[in-house]
Amino acid sequence: MNIIVCVKQIPDPEIPPVKFKLDTESRCVVPPEGIPPVINPYDEQAVELALRLKEKHGGKITILTTGNESASGVVKHALSLGADEGIALTDKAFEGSDSFSTAYILSQAVRIIRDYDLVLCGRQAADWDESLVGAILAENLGLPLVTLAETVDVVDGELKVKRVTLDGYQVFSVSFPALVTVSHEVGQPRLPSGWGIVSASRRQIPVWDAKDIKADPAKIGFDASRRKLVKLFIPKREKKCEMIEGKTTAEASVKLAERLRQEGVI
Amino acid sequence: MAEYKGILICGEVREGKITTITRELITTGRKLSDDLNQRLSILLIGENIQEAAKEAVFFGVDVVYTVDDIPFAESPPEQYLALVSNIFQKAAPSIVLFGQADMGRDIAPRLAARLGASICMDCVELAIDPETRSLLQSKPVYGGNAVAVWASDDVQPQIVTMRPRAAAPAEPDPSREGEILPVAVKIDESVIKSILIETVKEEVKGIRLDEAKVIVAGGGGIDGKEGFELLKELAQILGGTIGITRVPCDEGWMPAGLEIGQTGHVVNPDLYVAVGISGAPQHLAGCSGSKCLVAINKNPEAHIFEEADFGIVGDYREALPPLIEKCKALKK
Ligand SMILES: Cc1cc2nc3c(=O)[nH]c(=O)nc-3n(C[C@H](O)[C@H](O)[C@H](O)COP(=O)(O)OP(=O)(O)OC[C@H]3O[C@@H](n4cnc5c(N)ncnc54)[C@H](O)[C@@H]3O)c2cc1C
Ligand SMILES: Nc1ncnc2c1ncn2[C@@H]1O[C@H](COP(=O)(O)O)[C@@H](O)[C@H]1O
Repeated sequence: MNIIVCVKQIPDPEIPPVKFKLDTESRCVVPPEGIPPVINPYDEQAVELALRLKEKHGGKITILTTGNESASGVVKHALSLGADEGIALTDKAFEGSDSFSTAYILSQAVRIIRDYDLVLCGRQAADWDESLVGAILAENLGLPLVTLAETVDVVDGELKVKRVTLDGYQVFSVSFPALVTVSHEVGQPRLPSGWGIVSASRRQIPVWDAKDIKADPAKIGFDASRRKLVKLFIPKREKKCEMIEGKTTAEASVKLAERLRQEGVI
Repeated sequence: MAEYKGILICGEVREGKITTITRELITTGRKLSDDLNQRLSILLIGENIQEAAKEAVFFGVDVVYTVDDIPFAESPPEQYLALVSNIFQKAAPSIVLFGQADMGRDIAPRLAARLGASICMDCVELAIDPETRSLLQSKPVYGGNAVAVWASDDVQPQIVTMRPRAAAPAEPDPSREGEILPVAVKIDESVIKSILIETVKEEVKGIRLDEAKVIVAGGGGIDGKEGFELLKELAQILGGTIGITRVPCDEGWMPAGLEIGQTGHVVNPDLYVAVGISGAPQHLAGCSGSKCLVAINKNPEAHIFEEADFGIVGDYREALPPLIEKCKALKK
């Protein structure tokens, strides 16, 4: 089974909130100092799912990303985990692309790769939390889509996907080729091996630009975006926490119960 | 572009009733339609939805499109998508609203791609700019660390999903009037590419998270399955239920269906007791609407104290037993 996994490089989403900074003027997020960007966690889980499928059914895993020059770092990370190939789609003309343009850029590359059975995306990129690219990519490529996958199996030559819902799950069956978006219920991704890291760091990641993927200039970049960012701000927290203290934790607990009673909460 | 007008809600009916999230959408949609002086319509799909259609009018909708005899919950997404696209041709709305729940998460992006629309997922506020008349779409980004406000003036229609609890559910007013338009849609079966084999609801015992008045939530600090017994005891005494962060879910201490946050449930109980929870924005996204938030954490620097109304610094193993006893005594 040949699998394409789309991965995105993002600022570490688990930095403490105090380290999160904005430039409100230019409506930009300031990358936290000293904390390197990471692969989007859901995409790492998509790579994990791809590796599990490969272990069972064989085939090849190709990683795709679009971003700036440093984005090939996440491709190398995926290679260190066991993916076979990776391509970085990088061009000045791609900058400022919205979800539709990003999906367009990825779909042009997927068409060139051509030989695939499954495309995997994360459920959302944990920077802008759009949750859009996977679905748009599926529409662009005319592929059946199942979102929010927890597990994926092959049964009688069809893809069987367990989709997470808020109060349970659904099971879908689709035929190949298909696109699946991956949720965190997939579970912990594996760690790269020392050898994996070394050999991935030596790899040269091919870079494709707008010409290579025959991108229509009207469909990419800032000018093509369907939405404009009017404002970006850190929400004000007006709450003041009343700390309940006591000689012992137990004493504080009793006071807390009394306070909550006073407030009519319990 | 002038032909697009009005607001269309893609509503949901469960067991013959308009769901809570749909009522929340009606509140938001009504406000927008009054501000724009345009009509508010809703699409309801399912079996036996005629009563729900009347209910929708009482809640404040002007036009109800009903598609009967299709088991909504059991239909594959392509079928739903074909239906919405069909109604879309008839209604030609300029704004389309979905709930950020199972259906909206799945369908809204596909619809946007198909219609060439703009889309913004997981909005917490929608407003009409008084000067430009554009739809301002506010959405938490970076896990809730920031909020982005978007406009998409030159693109029609504008599709939006709304986060649960972002608005109060609409209240019925039986004097309201509206049109109910049954629509017969013939779906070309060949568009259906996925087969829905089964839908499984994992019944939670006791109170549902989205209806609970009190939630006692545990996080990584509980450090194992056993610790949750104390939380359950407190929840029971307060007439509430249990919630969790991502950590107990990933560690397998508690069922994943109890997760609260950006990717789990969004709740707004009267009382939320966060025990051993650091207060990551992705978790707070699901509980910051709680009326009273109490935090118990052994680290005085924990971010949860920034969001809490009341806090105790201490080990939960020492804090909970006396809290449980005192609550018991007070409840008598
Ligand atoms: C893209 C993305 C999406 C996410 N979505 C969600 C989501 O929907 N929901 C969610 O919950 N998380 C989500 N997360 C994870 C989130 O970022 C945090 O990692 C998670 O919420 C942390 O859980 P926690 O506070 O329980 O655990 P920890 O961060 O491990 O914190 C444990 C806390 O317990 C305290 N503690 C330890 N021992 C004790 C004790 N004995 N007594 C009292 N206090 C103690 C510690 O001081 C600490 O503050 C998401 C993350 C990402 C990247
Ligand atoms: N720049 C990108 N490069 C490669 N894949 C991407 C990119 N942006 C988004 N994706 C994929 O689309 C998914 C959803 O992203 P989003 O719609 O931005 O939330 C991600 O989890 C990735 O799998």
